[in-house]
Amino acid sequence: MKVLVHLLCLLPALFLLRMYFNGTLALEADPVNYITHFTGDWALWMLLGSLAITPLRRLFAGLSWTIRFRRMIGLYAFFYATLHLLTYVLLFSGYDVAAAIAGLRAGHLMEPWTQLKMIWPTMLDDLKKRKFIQVGLAAWVILLVLAVTSPQKVLRWMGGKNWARVHRLVYVAAGLACVHYWWLVKTGVRTPWNVTAVLTVLLLARAGFTAMKKVRVGKAASSF
Amino acid sequence: MLLLTDREKEIPSSEITPRETFEAFQMDRRSVMAGLGAVGFAAALPRMARAEQKIDGLVSTQYAVPDRATTPEAKAKSYNNFYEFGEDKSDPAKNAYKLKTYPWNVSVEGLVAKPRTFQFGELFHLRPMESRVYRFRCVEAWSMVIPWDGFSLAELIKTVEPLPKAKFVQFISAEKSGEEILPSGIDWPYTEGLRMDEAMNPLTLLTFGSYGQTLANQQGAPVRVIVPWKYGFKSAKSIVKIKFVEKMPPTTWNELASDEYGFYSNVNPTVDHPRWSQAHERLLNSNSILPKVVPTLMFNGYADQVAPMYAGMDLRKNY
Repeated sequence: MKVLVHLLCLLPALFLLRMYFNGTLALEADPVNYITHFTGDWALWMLLGSLAITPLRRLFAGLSWTIRFRRMIGLYAFFYATLHLLTYVLLFSGYDVAAAIAGLRAGHLMEPWTQLKMIWPTMLDDLKKRKFIQVGLAAWVILLVLAVTSPQKVLRWMGGKNWARVHRLVYVAAGLACVHYWWLVKTGVRTPWNVTAVLTVLLLARAGFTAMKKVRVGKAASSF
Repeated sequence: MLLLTDREKEIPSSEITPRETFEAFQMDRRSVMAGLGAVGFAAALPRMARAEQKIDGLVSTQYAVPDRATTPEAKAKSYNNFYEFGEDKSDPAKNAYKLKTYPWNVSVEGLVAKPRTFQFGELFHLRPMESRVYRFRCVEAWSMVIPWDGFSLAELIKTVEPLPKAKFVQFISAEKSGEEILPSGIDWPYTEGLRMDEAMNPLTLLTFGSYGQTLANQQGAPVRVIVPWKYGFKSAKSIVKIKFVEKMPPTTWNELASDEYGFYSNVNPTVDHPRWSQAHERLLNSNSILPKVVPTLMFNGYADQVAPMYAGMDLRKNY
């Protein structure tokens, strides 16, 4: 089962690799733009997928086994978000990939780093000026924290309560990711609607469960 | 060979594909695309070829971009911002077959001595066409190098004799068909405009084709303008009306977000779009996977021809 979920989560990445190797990716009008949207979209969907597991389990008792995959899907969200960030750094920013590769081939191991240093000021400038990049990066940093603290060992070390508190940040990350998308697209473009709608439903479900719990607790208290 | 002397001859009835055949072809295409997945891109080509015809008698031209390779035709025809047919840049190539380009009339009206409605064929044959290679810079910071076929808009303008009061030219595109489920906030039809001197600049091209073929629907068939020193959205597609007016006309993107899209929208590396830098662009003119990021040129490299028109203007304010 676990292998199957791994495969499903890797399917988009494998699809992209296949496009690269059979040449169709290069034939896309704007390959860099394609990769950026592809990885960004899948980061968002994976994130929403991991967020959907708890509400689904509460609604359908038969699905309670899916909890085993929540962390895994969340980590895949981090995986795609990282690819998305790397796409920005290596392909979008003006980073000279060809020069970096040529340097490596010629035995200059520091060449990729030299190239990065050359483009660094532009990226910092971008980050300073553009709100959508700021929120996008913030979402990635949150996912990084969650990924680093995800192993069982760290959970035990932190204590369940603290760990849960930190990991509730996933909702912030999902919200920031949606805002990132909205701020990126041109006015009049509605493509981020679907992810926003799904996130809203998931957040409402969460709020609903919390409210129901409070009512139940309240009733239980008053019956004593 | 395109013989467009009158309406009957625009497309000989023998050449018109029967509806059944066309729909069968569409169905066929869809199933082929579904089957091939990513390779479906190639399967979209036959329909393009069907829609387009070779333009004969193109005359030589001085307009070229010697230092940059031409964008592969398939890329130029599959990556289009044409919101009437979808928001993703790959949507118009899939959806623009819905655009009915025949019959087509262009009304030239407003403050002119000789207003006139041109049948498409008349407009097509008004002047000899040139194949001009222009840099094409999208406001989204990517660019292409495209051979456009047409003649200077000035040639058309001269025939209708604008009155001295005419200070601006407004272009109105074909009405968007179909309802919007989620409102975009865009007030259709799409409209754009130029100052009179910009419209009269020989660079401004009344465009009927690209790559030696009549325009594909997703490129704004059957007739559009190309204003190469401005961001792409200034170059209105599928034009049905050209209006000469006294005051600066409203333009679609400016109405939608005036802080992002000014009336002039000249390509200018020193004035950033609020959400991205305009200093560089991703040049899409090869089938390489690696991005080619090049510095953006002032007025998209056409400063020699157009800069005098803006002498003394603050281009930060008049972005």
